[in-house]
Amino acid sequence: MKPTFQLRYWNQINGWLLVLPAVFMISLFTHYPIVSNLFHSLFSMGTATRPEIFIGLENYKYLLDDDIFWKVLKNNFIYSLCTVPFSIGIALCMALLINRNIRGRSLVRMSFFTPTVLPMIAVANIWLFFYTPEYGLFDQIFGFFGGDSHNWLGNPDSALYCLIVMVIWKESGFFMVFYLAALQQLSPELKEAGLVEGSGSWYYFRRVTFPLLMPTTLFVTVNAVVNSFKLVDHLVIMTKGGPDNATSLLLYYIYENAFSFWDTSYAATLTVVLVLILAAITIFQFAVVEKRIHYQ
Amino acid sequence: MATSKIILTDVYKSWGKAEALADINFVCGDGELLVLLGPSGCGKSTTLRLIAGLETPTSGSIEIGGRDVSNLPPVKRNISMVFQNYALFPHLNVAENILFGLKARKVPKKERQKRLKDTAALLGLTEFMDRKPAQLSGGQRQRIALGRAIVAQVSVCLMDEPLSNLDAKLRQEMRQEIRSLQQRLKMTMVYVTHDQVEAMTIADKIILMKDGRIEQHGTPEDLYNRPATAFTGSFIGNPPMNILTSDGPLSKSFPDSSYFLGIRPENISISNTSGIEGQVVAIEYLGADTLIVCQWGEQLITLTVKGKTDALVGDYLRLNWREENIHLFNRDSGVRVSNPAGGTAR
Repeated sequence: MKPTFQLRYWNQINGWLLVLPAVFMISLFTHYPIVSNLFHSLFSMGTATRPEIFIGLENYKYLLDDDIFWKVLKNNFIYSLCTVPFSIGIALCMALLINRNIRGRSLVRMSFFTPTVLPMIAVANIWLFFYTPEYGLFDQIFGFFGGDSHNWLGNPDSALYCLIVMVIWKESGFFMVFYLAALQQLSPELKEAGLVEGSGSWYYFRRVTFPLLMPTTLFVTVNAVVNSFKLVDHLVIMTKGGPDNATSLLLYYIYENAFSFWDTSYAATLTVVLVLILAAITIFQFAVVEKRIHYQ
Repeated sequence: MATSKIILTDVYKSWGKAEALADINFVCGDGELLVLLGPSGCGKSTTLRLIAGLETPTSGSIEIGGRDVSNLPPVKRNISMVFQNYALFPHLNVAENILFGLKARKVPKKERQKRLKDTAALLGLTEFMDRKPAQLSGGQRQRIALGRAIVAQVSVCLMDEPLSNLDAKLRQEMRQEIRSLQQRLKMTMVYVTHDQVEAMTIADKIILMKDGRIEQHGTPEDLYNRPATAFTGSFIGNPPMNILTSDGPLSKSFPDSSYFLGIRPENISISNTSGIEGQVVAIEYLGADTLIVCQWGEQLITLTVKGKTDALVGDYLRLNWREENIHLFNRDSGVRVSNPAGGTAR
């Protein structure tokens, strides 16, 4: 009786000791910041002369009346709704193209992947030149055909879409790699069975290839959505959220509040909103979409 | 239904400099089950893929049902095919897998449902229609693949080692099932296998291939009784034919040293008085028979005896056989030659 008890006792201790490092790290860097952030959002901003005080949901009430917040949120949704489907669609097309035996395949693969290996800061600088009025690449091309000069990034109507195009260009190559890996896992025998059974390329893609790529699509979609809320490096280089907050995104607005205006408690409030949005999207993707996916 | 004879004429296939098939000529008659047999790498699967249209011949022509299909895509050849790993779509259930081709070809729904019902009943799959392939056993998956081939209602069916992923018992059952389906539905079937037992039991005709060429084309009896080459003799039969050279103590049984002598293990008898003495090096008891391997100088010879043997490893046995059971092959080309003692050769 006694040895059994001791063994079980030691197994428990052993187990806890084994997970302890991971639990410690996750608590310190994930759980604690979330709770602390939530807590912080319920207080007013403290200064040297005025200590912070508990104000309940006051920050949230302010947030609902904050026009810039709503504008930034709208920007972010437009930005996500454009970048996610387009970058994934283009990634899939590129992967299908270079999965075939085409001439110069390595070169094409490399050029599709190049934007991915460039740092965002470098990409932003390159595209800043593309978009420069008068002597930027696009204006030179338009000028050659007799077009007018455009202030691409200076116009509130076009600035956000300029960023969207750049981000799609940057991200597609990265997602393409996942699709390419998934495509190469598909058995060539399936393709041959499809040919014998008389399926055309579109029918085969719709009934076989695309459904079998769904696990990859889910993974890539989650990443793309998270990225669309997470990546703001290019804003710092290209527009700084302007003109008139036309290109500001949620995370960039949080950054501005926290480190430009030093309103950390309002930044904490915005962060809670961001976390809730991301959690809602992820739960939807895993709970609803995943059920319809076939995993091999 | 029109005839579905398959005719290959002077078919040649190479990839770059690598020659895969050369000089392939054969006819597979209407409603015939033709087995392409051979060791791995002999070109049997390539031949099947050429007939299916998954590869195109470098030269030569392929005719199915009186139509030259050499350059047509698989879909236009009016064939169905069963793949080695079944090639089932893992995300589709049994019914959708079987109906895949009919939907692609836009067969009307009513007709589809009728054919599906018939096929499922024929193969005993009715209760599994909603399952995914991963939830089924190997034998059931094999049946889905067969179902997909049958539901198309084309008269030519190609099979690429369809039983190689099944265990021995199931393999035998499915073999009989395929044979009876083929006869009932009067399908013209080309069947690839590397298993000579499978080939012998199922085939109307067998084509034995080696190194991209046809070694022999004939009925199972032809291949067993009159092997055209030493290779055929050593490939067909279990255990295979002994192929002996005239070196050592055997020399006096040969006309001269330019021959291989072939003798089947079951045609060798143990004698007390005459024959050549060999030493037993191994004994394998199989139940109904026992295999005895004897050594003669450098050569090994296998014989089978009924039931159990009293001989022990290390014993000396006198082995004997009848002249008419000898097969002689040219030592350089391996080709069968007329037996000087008369008898077996054509």
